[in-house]
Amino acid sequence: MAHVALPAWVMLAYLISGVCFILALRGLSSPATARKGNRFGILGMGIAVATTLLIEAPVPPGGFLPQPTIDDLQTLAQILIAIALGGAVGLITARRIQMTDMPQLVAAFHSLVGLAAVLVGWAAYLNPAAFGILGLDGAIEPQSRVEMGLGIAIGAITFSGSVIAFLKLAGKMSGAPILLPKRHFINLLLLLAIAFFLYGFFDSQSPIDISLITALSFAIGFLLIIPIGGADMPVVVSMLNSYSGWAAAAMGFTLHNTAMIITGALVGSSGAILSYIMCKAMNRSFISVIAGGFGAEAAVSGEAREQRPWKRGSAEDAAFILEQSENVIIIPGYGMAVAQAQHVLREMGDLLKKAGVNVKYAIHPVAGRMPGHMNVLLAEANVPYDEVFELEDINGEFAQADVAFIIGANDVVNPAAKTDKTSPIYGMPVFDVEKAKTVMFIKRSMAGVGYAGVDNDVFYMDQTMMLLADAKKMVEDIVKALQR
Amino acid sequence: MDFISILSIFVMACFVGYYVVWSVTPALHTPLMAVTNAISSVIIVGALIAAAASGSSGSKLLGLAAVALASVNIFGGFAVTARMLAMYKKKER
Repeated sequence: MAHVALPAWVMLAYLISGVCFILALRGLSSPATARKGNRFGILGMGIAVATTLLIEAPVPPGGFLPQPTIDDLQTLAQILIAIALGGAVGLITARRIQMTDMPQLVAAFHSLVGLAAVLVGWAAYLNPAAFGILGLDGAIEPQSRVEMGLGIAIGAITFSGSVIAFLKLAGKMSGAPILLPKRHFINLLLLLAIAFFLYGFFDSQSPIDISLITALSFAIGFLLIIPIGGADMPVVVSMLNSYSGWAAAAMGFTLHNTAMIITGALVGSSGAILSYIMCKAMNRSFISVIAGGFGAEAAVSGEAREQRPWKRGSAEDAAFILEQSENVIIIPGYGMAVAQAQHVLREMGDLLKKAGVNVKYAIHPVAGRMPGHMNVLLAEANVPYDEVFELEDINGEFAQADVAFIIGANDVVNPAAKTDKTSPIYGMPVFDVEKAKTVMFIKRSMAGVGYAGVDNDVFYMDQTMMLLADAKKMVEDIVKALQR
Repeated sequence: MDFISILSIFVMACFVGYYVVWSVTPALHTPLMAVTNAISSVIIVGALIAAAASGSSGSKLLGLAAVALASVNIFGGFAVTARMLAMYKKKER
């Protein structure tokens, strides 16, 4: 092996950096420790970057900056400028981004990790000596070729897939699935081709092979995501999160870098687990999400609905009942965030609490556009996190609830998921709102149906009061009525 | 380090990742994604190596570009996570 052994302190520093990253995720087990966790993450990154700069930047063999030449200083300046430029863009974006836009931001960030992995892979290919992966025969070590090729392939898939996910989430591209004929066949063919060229690269280290790996991987990332509909984007974002981790891990193998390998494994598992949780929350198999096409034929079923009687309530009626209640459970959905009703909703919750009502918020895993999104939106509106409950923790409490207050949600309260085997959402875990004494359902009109395009029996129950208006307007009116 | 040592670290880290991520409360899944995003930009290590090395100007340029991209992610990812976490408050008593 021609791998240049790194000094022990360097290896140790990278290991500490990896441990810091583990602690960063560990901190997220509760909001109370999360901020400390984030600081561990920053510390770990600082250690990794500082260590690399100390050993790699303008250090001729023999020690730290003994006699820097002009060239060395120039290189250091270039690096610092690149960090400053990127850092400034990142900080400004992080400060300006709306919390509702968090899913697209995360998708955009994933694409950057992917692209950076591709660039690093190519850089290692062009200058293997710098990465210590040059074999004695003057060629790149065969094992490194495979790792490099894999890193570039995963990075490229992450990049182009995330760009499409970003465009769909940001509404710059239709969320509707785009279905190419024979797309599974095309994708399979592309995958086989990538594997073939990967072997070719392993065999010959040819620039043509690695170029083809890069190009085909960009293409397959694009083709994998375009058939997936807007409703499945939470799974896609989680999956791409996982890919960005595996890309980092592959690069870590090439560089023999502990920090990168630990991080890659952490991020890879994190994304995989989140995808699993999202799939389970929608009762969809991962394969069917990846196969795409969900939501393509949704619009049709809305037409065939029978006319059934339902009751309409006013803001005053709602305020009166809410005030008299003991227990109120609020179920917010993404529609609430679209209407920007979270702040006035919290105001309503505060007024009710003042009147002695016990107010809780119930959140479905798919309530937002990405895992945990709704929790962030409520936190932004100053809803204390200990009033916010997950599906399995609160579902038993609906029987004791006087009011289930549904705002901007639909499919997640649809009992058809429990009873109707023909329903597209059958098997999805839902809130047992029908057990509450009164159900208040805020909805723009009776015409629209949920994301899955199915009718909802909750509209027509005896205890249901339909509050037909824009979510923000309706809650504002309820707040006014409560203040009277 | 030989391949087997690296593979061992990787496999162990996958297990650590599995258990640590399951212990993350669902309320913090969005900050989890933001922070994993930031830490996966530890590939900046590779980018720095390429940017600092002499010998290939192409490799150096790619490295510098990757340093800039990863920096967007590192600073942006940690900052946006901190911003989100600052919003999570307990009930006032």
